[in-house]
Amino acid sequence: MKKFSFLFASLFLLAACGPAAGGGASGGGNKAEGDTIKIGMNMELSGDVSAYGNAEKEGITLAVEEINEAGGVLGKKLELIEKDNKSENGEATSVAANLTAKDKVVAVVGPATSGATKATIPNMTKAAVPVITPSGTDDSITVVNDKVQEYIFRACFQDTFQGVILANFAQDNLKAKNVVIIGDNSSDYAIGLTKSFKDTFKGKIAKEETFTAGDKDFQAILTKIKDLDYDAIYIPGYYAEAGLIIKQAREMGIDKPILGADGFGDEKLVEIAGAKNVSDVYYTGHFSEKAPATDKVKPFVEAFKKKYDKQPSAFNALGYDSVYMLKQAMEDKDSADSKDITAGLASLKDFVGVTGKMTMDKDHNPEKSAVVLGLTEGKETSADAVNP
Amino acid sequence: MEVVIQQLVNGLFLGSIYALLALGYTMVYGIIKLINFAHGEIYMLGGFMGYFFINKLSLGFFPALLLSMVGAAVIGVVIEFLAYRPLRKSTRIAALITAIGVSFLLQNGMIYWLGPEKKSFPQAIEFKNYQLGFIQISNIQVLILVISLVLMIALQLIVKKTKMGKAMRAVSVDADAAQLMGINVNRTISFTFALGSALAAAAGMLIGLYYNSIDPMMGVVPGLKSFVAAVLGGIGIIPGAALGGFVIGLLETITIALGFSDYKDAVVYALLIIILLIRPAGILGKNIKEKV
Repeated sequence: MKKFSFLFASLFLLAACGPAAGGGASGGGNKAEGDTIKIGMNMELSGDVSAYGNAEKEGITLAVEEINEAGGVLGKKLELIEKDNKSENGEATSVAANLTAKDKVVAVVGPATSGATKATIPNMTKAAVPVITPSGTDDSITVVNDKVQEYIFRACFQDTFQGVILANFAQDNLKAKNVVIIGDNSSDYAIGLTKSFKDTFKGKIAKEETFTAGDKDFQAILTKIKDLDYDAIYIPGYYAEAGLIIKQAREMGIDKPILGADGFGDEKLVEIAGAKNVSDVYYTGHFSEKAPATDKVKPFVEAFKKKYDKQPSAFNALGYDSVYMLKQAMEDKDSADSKDITAGLASLKDFVGVTGKMTMDKDHNPEKSAVVLGLTEGKETSADAVNP
Repeated sequence: MEVVIQQLVNGLFLGSIYALLALGYTMVYGIIKLINFAHGEIYMLGGFMGYFFINKLSLGFFPALLLSMVGAAVIGVVIEFLAYRPLRKSTRIAALITAIGVSFLLQNGMIYWLGPEKKSFPQAIEFKNYQLGFIQISNIQVLILVISLVLMIALQLIVKKTKMGKAMRAVSVDADAAQLMGINVNRTISFTFALGSALAAAAGMLIGLYYNSIDPMMGVVPGLKSFVAAVLGGIGIIPGAALGGFVIGLLETITIALGFSDYKDAVVYALLIIILLIRPAGILGKNIKEKV
């Protein structure tokens, strides 16, 4: 399967070379033609992290429908071209090439995860088409080797920021002096989170343990830390393993507070851990109804409930904001050509979204506050807005 | 010291699941010299069948366990009939590749049908913790160990004491001679697949209950590791497979406990290589006559 996706990726790359080279003379990028503006969606609709991709798709679809019902952007309707990258980096690369070269989209939303987003950077840069990742939080997405990636933007905060927020939360709100870290050692996301936490946290790291994505048995790790002296456990990782760690820790009788980043933000976390085990668990969120960041939150929640008959999650909200950021960028520059959208996104100022009021900094990261959500028996029971 | 013992206990539970799975590999290999790489997928199907029996039919854990063991036995027999039997006279590599193909077919079929997401397994048995001195054990861990041991003993009895077991042993020594003696070879092989698959399904359901999480790819890593366990113990030898399973479970836990969790898979395979170098037949590999 992998081999085949590489083959396809290289075919698409070849296909992308032709039009991109031709367009290079006129400055590159795609232009909006006809009476629609085509935007692409490169999402994890199947595979390991499809929960994120599908949630974001719901938000994106809702935003596009709303915008079109209200008359579109610059008098044109948005046309969303949806593609599945199967949660694979190689597949994300070929989807990016496909969207820019074949479908001629003017901008792309997604992928949802850091690794997949990074894999699309070369193709997006070559095609000169801007991309917003709703939830790719790894620092090196937008800045690689101290160089800002011209066409890459995000709607969420970055990992360093989350690590800093969580370290501050552990110190100030939980009064933790010793922390145990149980980190995923196989994803850029978790490694970045671990580093920024350690850089900020002033107390002691009592013990640091690592695991690999896909692990299921954490008894050995938990047995090791059980009798240590510490105040909280920090788990940089995704919901699948974090859910299992929470379950096994609580069943073993470890009742210390557990901290995590936005990778916890999925209902599967509670399902896997079992609701009664998820108490004293905190994680950084992009969005909370309890601590609404702007007055856009209420209408968004209502519209979302009406369409999908459920409460919106942070990933729904980030997908939704990404589309409106594109709209704002187009309106600011009065153009739907990809070069102008890129410039519009880079100079985005005081954009009011449902996940906060954002201004794009020079590194293409939105400046906004974060919410630390607290769970008791699987239910959201607290929300504190924390500033870096 | 207390932590060390607790870690050994942890390893024992992990090992009992590998052992259950390794039994299926070893029996199938013993009887038709086939490495049934689809065995990990039967384990996965067992987990999913349990999920449906408990969720949709509102059965209790034990009836669901029995039903999914029966279901997996049927699936095992069907797979043998459709995929392996036509190739029985072909080269061993052809059968091996078919087994890998069946494994992919089952994985991708399940992903297509139910999606790739992790599903949370119904917690049909209320979780309880017991404190035995300084050792902490949960009722589910005890259940895993007890069911595994009961099934292993039952299997040993079937192989040693029943007529069908005798037939299995005969076929494993010489299928043609067994046929001349009036043993129905096809039926014996089907029976072997049924037994192995039922054990795998039990392991899948126990793991589902233990970790509360099942997904279509869950069989891949345990499948591979229990294959290693079977080779380690001496492939084709039933007590060897059980021993190999426990050894691997313990080894993995010890590796993590020593702080090398990133290398736990590497350590398992390194052990396999060492065993193959110094004792190619596996730990219990002397017994050549009585393999099933």
